Amino acid sequence: MRVLPWLYLAAGFLFIYLPVGVLVLFSFQEGTLPVPPFEGPSLRWYAEVLGDDDLTAALLNSVVVAAGQGAVAVTLGFLAAYGLARHVVPGTVFLRALLIAPLTVSYLIVGLGLLIVVQRAGLGLSLWTAGIGHVVINLPICFAIIYASMGAQQQNAERAARDLGAGEFDVIRLVTVPMLAPAILAAYFLSVTLSWDEFIIAFLLTRFEVTLPVEIWSMLRSGLSPRLNAIGSVVFLVSVTAVVLAEVLIFRRRR
Amino acid sequence: MTAPVTVEAVTHRFGAFAALSDIRLEIAAGEYVTLLGPSGCGKTTLLSVLGGFLEPGEGRVLIGGQDMTHVPPAKRPTTTMFQDYALFPHMSLADNVAFGLRMAGVGKRARMSRAAEMLALVGLGEAGAKRPHELSGGQRQRVALARCLAVEPEVLLLDEPLGALDLKLRRSMQDELKAIQRQVGTTFVHVTHDQEEAMAIADRIVVMNAGRIEDEGAPRRIYREPRTLFAAGFMGEINRIPARAVAGRVETPFGPLPATPPAEGGALVACLRPEAVSTAPAAFEIGPARVRDAAFFGTYCRAHLVPEAAPDLTLVAHLPPDALPEEGAVLTLHAEPDALAVFPEE
Repeated sequence: MRVLPWLYLAAGFLFIYLPVGVLVLFSFQEGTLPVPPFEGPSLRWYAEVLGDDDLTAALLNSVVVAAGQGAVAVTLGFLAAYGLARHVVPGTVFLRALLIAPLTVSYLIVGLGLLIVVQRAGLGLSLWTAGIGHVVINLPICFAIIYASMGAQQQNAERAARDLGAGEFDVIRLVTVPMLAPAILAAYFLSVTLSWDEFIIAFLLTRFEVTLPVEIWSMLRSGLSPRLNAIGSVVFLVSVTAVVLAEVLIFRRRR
Repeated sequence: MTAPVTVEAVTHRFGAFAALSDIRLEIAAGEYVTLLGPSGCGKTTLLSVLGGFLEPGEGRVLIGGQDMTHVPPAKRPTTTMFQDYALFPHMSLADNVAFGLRMAGVGKRARMSRAAEMLALVGLGEAGAKRPHELSGGQRQRVALARCLAVEPEVLLLDEPLGALDLKLRRSMQDELKAIQRQVGTTFVHVTHDQEEAMAIADRIVVMNAGRIEDEGAPRRIYREPRTLFAAGFMGEINRIPARAVAGRVETPFGPLPATPPAEGGALVACLRPEAVSTAPAAFEIGPARVRDAAFFGTYCRAHLVPEAAPDLTLVAHLPPDALPEEGAVLTLHAEPDALAVFPEE
């Protein structure tokens, strides 16, 4: 009957989720190697991970960088989208292309470029510089998502608000942002998740305080351990939470 | 609150296209005026100029005697009801209606009681907590009206407000709009392309075409004695009877008309409304005509007739509904001479 399509679907999902499933499974390994046979389950490695100050500090750094850079990227992206969608600016097409262009540049190049600029400017490497790097890569995404959802419906509502006596700031605060909330939230959560597991730029632009992917990288160099599986599972859990939160918030607003 | 509006020699161009050419218009305080015309005639452009969304290239707009030409919409004593209503989807109906008062710095309690009052005025007194998406088209339209009226504008501008409603709802909303206008006394300027709507609702109709005012006046006057051929045709169906000016008289295929020709020489058109064609004797005789077809329309019988005096012409007549004329029958047609309006051929 229709077995084949279902088989194909199952195979597809297996391909995507098997590695993650194995990673999570062996994070509960009792022994010291994350390889079969599975012994356990045990929360031993989770306890060790959460007791490791370097790791928890890196985890906290990642949360702060992701949340902060997301807020900056969304704010800048929204303002750029609002300006280009609502006002006649000379060279709109060129400006739009310029805003989106960083999407096509590899993270390595963006990171290297920023590294050179930061070094030449004599600014030290820190979480701030990593955050700036993440704003550079996430701003185009936020701009594109918000710009695409600015339609005639909001424009008419903005016009009505002005007609009823609202100043420009009130129009944005009370009409544009609430009406665009689904797009703005989607852009925010996407940029948070992208920053959360970004490695190259964070690796190049941090020094003493590092984000979680950089910390994991340095641990990887000393070989495989169920500890890494446990961290990986935590990272995965945080990403899933962000996505679920976004879905719930955005779809609840749409209804 | 209410105020008169004066439009002084307003001209506006979009590139080479003249959307408005030398528009002059006086609207009295408390008047209900409709701007009527086909799409692209400039009626919506004129409304945008009144609302402040468009600064005219030339001319002035005075509201309540004050020059408002360069005043932005937020600072004008006007509000606009937009064609798609432009309600705020994320706010309750009460918050929608109270928005203008909130912008004016009115306290929460005062503005909410005013919003409830306005919602009651439009028949939605119980629905203040609902969201716009829970409403039907007609109800959204009422909310938009309440939102506009809550700030007590001197002039309310309505851009095809009934355009999105079905015919039946449209006719009942017309009556309601008119009643609300009488109650609040605000000057209403209403844009429409539906001449029945314009006649049903307006104290005065302004007929526009190609950026100019073709005619303005009471509905009855414009319908019965239009100033231009365009106004005659736009206000309702007409029979166009070719005519010529001969020695100070208007000659038609059915004989001379007791009217002075509007222009000497050249071709003229005599316009006759279908309901002015009658089988009862009257001063102007069209003469015998053969019925090509006829149909029953409830309040009248609509017939196509070919007059013997001008066999290449087909007249439309609305005859009394009690007897359906038979196909091929010959009727003798008459009309009152007053019912014929004569214009130069365009």
